[in-house]
Amino acid sequence: MLQTANDAAFVQFERVQKSYDGETLVVKDLNLSMPKGEFLTMLGPSGSGKTTCLMMLAGFETATHGEIRLDGVSINNIPPHKRGIGMVFQNYALFPHMTVAENLSFPLEVRKMDKATREKKVMRALGMVQMQDFAGRRPAQLSGGQQQRIALSRALVFEPELVLMDEPLGALDKQLRETLQFEITNLAHELGITVVYVTHDQTEALTMSDRVAVFDDGRIQQLAPPDELYEAPQNSFVAQFIGENNTLEGVVQEITKDKCIIKLDSGDIIDAVPVNVSKVGDRTQVSIRPERVEFDKSRLQPGAHTLKAEVLEFIYMGDIFRTRLRVAGTDDFIIKTRNAPDQVRLTPGSQIEIGWLARDCRALDA
Amino acid sequence: MAEQMLAADGRPLKASLNRALRRQKMRALLLIAPLLLFIMLTFIIPIGQMLFRSVENQIVGDTIPRTVDAIAAWEADSGQAPSEEVFVALAKDLMIAVEEKNHTRLGSRLNYETSGISSLFRKSGRSVDDIGEVYADQFIALDPAWEDPATWITLLADPDWITRQAEWNDDGPEPAFELSDTAAEILPKTAEIYADFASVIREVDNDSPVDEEPWNVVYLALHEDLIANPGLQIAGPLAGLLSQTATQAQGFEREDVRAAFEDIDEDWLDVDVWQTIQTYSPAFTSGYFLNAVDLQKTPDGPEWQPENEQIYLTLFWRTLVMSLTITVSCILLGYPVAWMLANLPSRKANLLMILVLLPFWTSLLVRTSAWKVLLQQQGVINDTLVWIGLVTDDNRLALINNATGTIIAMTHILLPFMILPLYSVMKTIPPSYLRAAKSLGATNWTAFWRVYFPQSVPGIGAGSILVFILAIGYYITPEIVGGTKGVFISNRIAYHISTSLNWGLAAALGAILLAVVLILYWAYDRIVGIDNVKLGG
Repeated sequence: MLQTANDAAFVQFERVQKSYDGETLVVKDLNLSMPKGEFLTMLGPSGSGKTTCLMMLAGFETATHGEIRLDGVSINNIPPHKRGIGMVFQNYALFPHMTVAENLSFPLEVRKMDKATREKKVMRALGMVQMQDFAGRRPAQLSGGQQQRIALSRALVFEPELVLMDEPLGALDKQLRETLQFEITNLAHELGITVVYVTHDQTEALTMSDRVAVFDDGRIQQLAPPDELYEAPQNSFVAQFIGENNTLEGVVQEITKDKCIIKLDSGDIIDAVPVNVSKVGDRTQVSIRPERVEFDKSRLQPGAHTLKAEVLEFIYMGDIFRTRLRVAGTDDFIIKTRNAPDQVRLTPGSQIEIGWLARDCRALDA
Repeated sequence: MAEQMLAADGRPLKASLNRALRRQKMRALLLIAPLLLFIMLTFIIPIGQMLFRSVENQIVGDTIPRTVDAIAAWEADSGQAPSEEVFVALAKDLMIAVEEKNHTRLGSRLNYETSGISSLFRKSGRSVDDIGEVYADQFIALDPAWEDPATWITLLADPDWITRQAEWNDDGPEPAFELSDTAAEILPKTAEIYADFASVIREVDNDSPVDEEPWNVVYLALHEDLIANPGLQIAGPLAGLLSQTATQAQGFEREDVRAAFEDIDEDWLDVDVWQTIQTYSPAFTSGYFLNAVDLQKTPDGPEWQPENEQIYLTLFWRTLVMSLTITVSCILLGYPVAWMLANLPSRKANLLMILVLLPFWTSLLVRTSAWKVLLQQQGVINDTLVWIGLVTDDNRLALINNATGTIIAMTHILLPFMILPLYSVMKTIPPSYLRAAKSLGATNWTAFWRVYFPQSVPGIGAGSILVFILAIGYYITPEIVGGTKGVFISNRIAYHISTSLNWGLAAALGAILLAVVLILYWAYDRIVGIDNVKLGG
C-alpha cells in the first residue's frame, strides 16, 4: 500500500526538517507527496517555511533532516543544475546583459544543444507566451508582465517535468496578475507539467491550484483542493487565513458525531459541526463564512439556533453587499449578500436575527 | 511643424517653463559656487599655469632681446661663432640682465638644454661691465663732459622730463625717464640702451640717471652711432660737443667685443652654445615636450637624445606596464574579497569591510615603510622563506628597491579602491540570478562566468579606472620601495620640480601623463562605455 503511494508520487517530501541556525526549525516535519501533472500551491504567511521548502526542492537549500524525492529518486545530494527543475522567480531573474532570445537559449546552450535546435525551441517557448516579437529585446526594455512571461517561457524552454514558481506574480498589478494566473494554469495543463507554486495571495492559490498546502509555523496546516480548503478548514488558522471568516469563541456543551452545541462566551447557544473538538467542555473557535450567514428566517432549518444582531454598517461593494454586525459581543461580524434585485439592504441600527445551517459552522481548535 | 504651445497667460510655454526653472538653476549654481570658485582658484588655474610652463619660453626673448634679434640671421651650419654684431647685442643685453640679476636665471634655463651655459653666464656676468670701457675712456679723454651725467641727460632726455625731474622733490617715485624724439632719431642705438640704463638705474638701483655715469656699453653704443653717421648734427647746447666728438670718434681705437667675450670664456665661440640660444629664442618652444620623450630640438628638427640620456620613454612605458600589472593584481586579489563581502551575512560582512578599510586609517607612509621592513633581504618575508627552506640563505629574494617591491606595496595600498566599487556593484546583483542560472542547468562555474561575471564588469571597470589612474601618478610608494628599477614617471617629475628646478620639463612630463590618462579614458569609453562604470547603486 505504501509502495503504491510512493510510485504515484512524483515529488515527495518525507519527514523533512530545515534549520538555518541550529536552534529553531523553519520547516518542521514536512510530509508531502504530489502526483505528476498536479498544480500544487504552497500558501502561507511570510516566514511560514513555504519558500524554504521550494528552495530545498530546487536544491538551493539542503534539508537538515529527511528526504526529498523526485520521481522516486532521492535528490538530497544532487546539485541544483542537475535536477532539471524549471524555476520562475519573483523578481523574474532575467539576465539583464542578455537579450530575451539569449536568456531562453541559455539553458539549451548549457545542455549543449546545437544552434538550429536552440532557435527552434526558443521560438516555440516564446510562442507559448505570445512573445515572439520580443526576442531581440533586453529585459530592461520590457514591462513587468512581459518580463514575467519571458521568465516563464525560460523556465519551460528546456522542457522540465517539474516547474517551481516563487511568488511569480507578486510584483504585478491586479489586472495583469489575473491574466497571467489564467495563462499559467492553462499552460501548465496544456503541457502536463507538474507545478509547485508559492504565494501568499490566497485568491491566487484558490483560483490556480489543483491542491493547496497551507503553511504556518513550519508545518502544512492543511493540504486540500481549494473548495475543500475554503469550505472545510481543518483548523482555525486555515479558516482565518483562507477567505473572510467570522469567529466566535465558546465552550462545547453537547457533542455527537456530526453535531455539537456550543455555548458562546456571551451565553448564546449555537449549532456547529465538530472538527477539532472531542468532548464536552473543550474550548473552541467557531468559524462561519460571511456568505453562509442567513438573516431570512424562512431559509433556516426549523429548530436552528439563532442569534440577535444589531446592524452597524452597510457597505456597498458593487457585486456584493457587506454588512457589519454586532453579534454575541463582537463588533466585527461580517455578512455578505449578493447584489440581487430582491436582496434586502440592511439599515444600520436595525435589530435582526441571524442563523446558519449547522454544517456551515465549524467548531475548530481554540 | 507643431504649433507652439502657449501657457495660460499667452506666452510661449517654453519661455514660461524656462523662467520658472531659472530660479532653481540660479539656486543650484549658488550652491556649488563656493566649491567651484575654490577649485578654480586653487586647482584649475595653478594647474593650467603649470602646464603652460611646458611650452613657455619667454625668458630668453625677455632677457636678451637684442641678441635674439641679431642671432636670427646666423646659420649654425657655418660652423662659425656668430659675428661681432651678435656679440655687441649680447654685451648690451647681458649688461642689463646683470644689473637686473636675470642672467643666472637665463643661464640655468639654457643649461637644461646644453650643460655649461649656466656657469658661462655667471662667469660672463662678472666681467661684462668691462666691455665698452675702451670707448668710455677715449670719450672722456676727448672731453671730460662725457663723464658728466648731465651731458647725457641734456643730449638724450625729453625736455619735458628734464623739467618734471627738476621739479620732483623726493616725494613719490621719480618720473620715469623719457627719451627725446630727436635723440632717438639721430642716435638710435645710444638712445635705446640709455633708455634701458635709465630705467634700470631708477627701478633696480633706486637712483636717478641724473646722478649716474652711464655704463660702458652706452659709450660703445654711442661709438656705433657715430661711426654709422659721422656727419650727424644736433641742435641745442651740445651741438658743438657732439659734432666734434663725431669727427674724432672715427679714429678711436676699436674694441673687438667678440674677442672680449672669448677672453671671458672661450666657450662663447662654441657653436653649440649659440645654437642653443638660437633654437630657444622663440617665446614658445616644443623643446620641453621633445625632451620629455627623449628627443632634442635641433635646427634640423627633432633628433633622438644620445642613447645614455634616454630615460623618459622607458619611464613612461614602465609606469604604464607596472600600473597595468598593479591593476590586474588588484582585480585578481580584490574580486574574491568583494564577492565575499557582497554575499556574507551582514554582520560578518561588516567585520570584513572594516578589515578592508583598515589601511585607509593608517598613514600611507607608515604602510609603505612597513612593506620596507617586510620585504627587505633580511626582512620578515625572506626570513620566513629561508626558515621554511624555500630559498637558501645566500639566495634571498630581492623583493624591495625594484619593480617587484613597487608592485607588491602598491597593490596592497590600492586594493581598497578596487574592492569598494566591486563590492557596491556586486551588492546590487541579486543572488537570484545565480540561482536562476543553476536552475536552468548551469554548473557553478558557468553560472558565475556567463551570468554573474558579466554583471560585475562595471565594477571591475570602475575599480580598474580608479586603481590605474591612481597608480599611474603614484609617487610616495615607488619613491620609498622602488629603488631605481621601480620608480615611476611621477618620481622624475618630482625630481624636476624640487631638485633640478626644470619646471618646464616637469610640466611637459605631467602634461604627457595627463594626456595618456585621458587617451586611455577615452579608449575605455569607446570600448567598454563609461556608462557601464558603476561605483554603486
